[in-house]
Amino acid sequence: MKYLLIEDNAELAGALCTRMRLDGHVIDHAATLSDGSDFLRVGEYDLILLDIMLPDGDGRAFLERHRAQEDDTPVIVLTARSEVSDRVSMLDLGADDYLTKPFDHAELQARCRAVLRRRTGSAQTVIRRGDAALDPVASVLTIGGHDVTLRNRELRLLELFMNAPGQIFSKDKLVDRLFSYDGTVTENAIEVYVGRLRKHLEPSSLTISTHRGLGYRLDEG
Amino acid sequence: MRGSATSLRRRLTWTLIGGAALLAVLFFLVVRTYAQQIAQQGQDRILEASLTSLMDAAVVRDGQIEVDVPYAAFAMLDTAADDRVFYAVHQGDALLTGYDGLAEGPFDPSVGLDFQTQAFGGAEVRLATLTRALPAGPAPVLLTVSVAQTRDSLAGTLWAISVNAALFGGAFFVLAAGMALWTSRSTVRPLSQMAEAVARRGPRDLRPVVRPVPTELSPLVTSLNSLMTRLSASLTQSETFIAEAAHRVRTPLATVRTHAEATLMRVDKDENRAALRSMIRAIDESSRAAGQLLDHAMVTFRGDQLERRQIDLVGICRELVDRLTPVAEMKDLELVLLADGPVEVQGDPILIQNAVRNLIDNALKYSPPEGTVRIEVRRDPVAIVVCDEGGGFPAEQMTELSQRFQRGANAGDTVGSGLGLTIAQDVAEAHGGRLELANLDGGGACATLYL
Repeated sequence: MKYLLIEDNAELAGALCTRMRLDGHVIDHAATLSDGSDFLRVGEYDLILLDIMLPDGDGRAFLERHRAQEDDTPVIVLTARSEVSDRVSMLDLGADDYLTKPFDHAELQARCRAVLRRRTGSAQTVIRRGDAALDPVASVLTIGGHDVTLRNRELRLLELFMNAPGQIFSKDKLVDRLFSYDGTVTENAIEVYVGRLRKHLEPSSLTISTHRGLGYRLDEG
Repeated sequence: MRGSATSLRRRLTWTLIGGAALLAVLFFLVVRTYAQQIAQQGQDRILEASLTSLMDAAVVRDGQIEVDVPYAAFAMLDTAADDRVFYAVHQGDALLTGYDGLAEGPFDPSVGLDFQTQAFGGAEVRLATLTRALPAGPAPVLLTVSVAQTRDSLAGTLWAISVNAALFGGAFFVLAAGMALWTSRSTVRPLSQMAEAVARRGPRDLRPVVRPVPTELSPLVTSLNSLMTRLSASLTQSETFIAEAAHRVRTPLATVRTHAEATLMRVDKDENRAALRSMIRAIDESSRAAGQLLDHAMVTFRGDQLERRQIDLVGICRELVDRLTPVAEMKDLELVLLADGPVEVQGDPILIQNAVRNLIDNALKYSPPEGTVRIEVRRDPVAIVVCDEGGGFPAEQMTELSQRFQRGANAGDTVGSGLGLTIAQDVAEAHGGRLELANLDGGGACATLYL
């Protein structure tokens, strides 16, 4: 997916861009509102991530202009404030959702998907490997014309594998990605989800292989 | 206000009414005294005329005074009240004719005409006495004539005048009292109207008072407005400060967290990973605690001055469910809202939303994956119930859990500040309700927010 990030804090923007690219997304960064407008004029984006306090104006004013121009690119506001009234006014002005800093990246992804699902129903970029196609927004895996709806953790796990075929993921890493650093989860929980994915992938040419002591890998053919 | 509170309006009313009463009594007394004087003067003039005509009828013959009492001298004293008339004629100190004892000697011609009020014949009479020296023979003789009249007619006249004066005085008093009431009310009205306008305002309404007020009140309004401006400025300042502080703290935290997450994806060494993981958890812990402390401060602040409006609890819960569904989905949890039709109550929407969000947050945190979190809005009594399928509250800690910073013994490593239930309980109490915690028989826990 293609994101536009409008955020004046270079450190946070850099970290967020790195994180997004690791997930296989395309992301452009604008440090000011006017830069953001320029990006929007020349490029098409699936989603805008908008900070609310920017050096050349209030993000809310940008939102108002954005909606007035009948640009329907969905917007998720990243706010450092936690006043409830602030959140309400942002939704009133046409933000599709908001997230308070600091945020869990998985939650940001979940919110992005939820917004896109509300707006368009499915993703523009479907991930294809072998004869399987994964629509991360609709959370649907298609194999040979047959649709399977995935649960959220199954989806996130499969997305991870399909974005990096041939790469071995350790159980430890998968736990972090799926369980949001919740200390109570054991690595055995991963086996349950891998088992389910294997079942879903049975009719396809994809398999998930176990590498003792190392982790799991998605193989084609 | 402390001590003996005074009412400006009452004071003004009583001062005006008291003044009117005093004036009415004075009016009555003055009119009565003046009328009495006039009436007395009238009687005295007639008595004098009668006396003169008697005096004129006296002749001296051989040193002896003879009086042929003329009828007209008494006819002029006729009154409607049939007042009785007495007379006495003395030569020297000896009574010649008339009533004995009406006047007593010695008489002195130098006194002239003398009026006295005295008792005679069982009634009060007005007595006029005149002594004259008449020339006769070798030495002049002293002639004293006294005429007296009872005062019945005079008293009748005075009574009539007094009654009229009292009626006028009373009417004046009633009129003046009515005007006093009206005046004091209309004088105090701008004050009470202003007080009402200020009292009607919401707790956050700090706009200056612009309604026109009498000039006497304008210093008060000016200082009130300046107080409001300062208060508003200081509130805005602290709000801006909190927002700015939150921004300054949260943005770098977000940077660190995102970096840590990205790094965690790339490092393989176990000890590095553990360090990064605990870093992320510490960030979550601190940002959550900061957020909830601010929320708790807001609940305390708003709870003191509750802003009640008509709100739909189902609407509030639906919004929260929509908002929290992506979070629930991450754990493959289902959020279910059970409600039929809107449930309207009077309350502060922001506070109630905050309380319910904390309850749902809790339920999401402690639910096992792929379970259901149930939110139910009940109508009778009005309550919001949030149930999960988690391990439940530790039974022996049930009463302590809603205390500040108190966390369940089975919370384990789950990130939390221990303020969530406190906030929910404070909100319930601010609305005159309560928070009830219960464990379900088949496993799971319910928190019920009664409003």
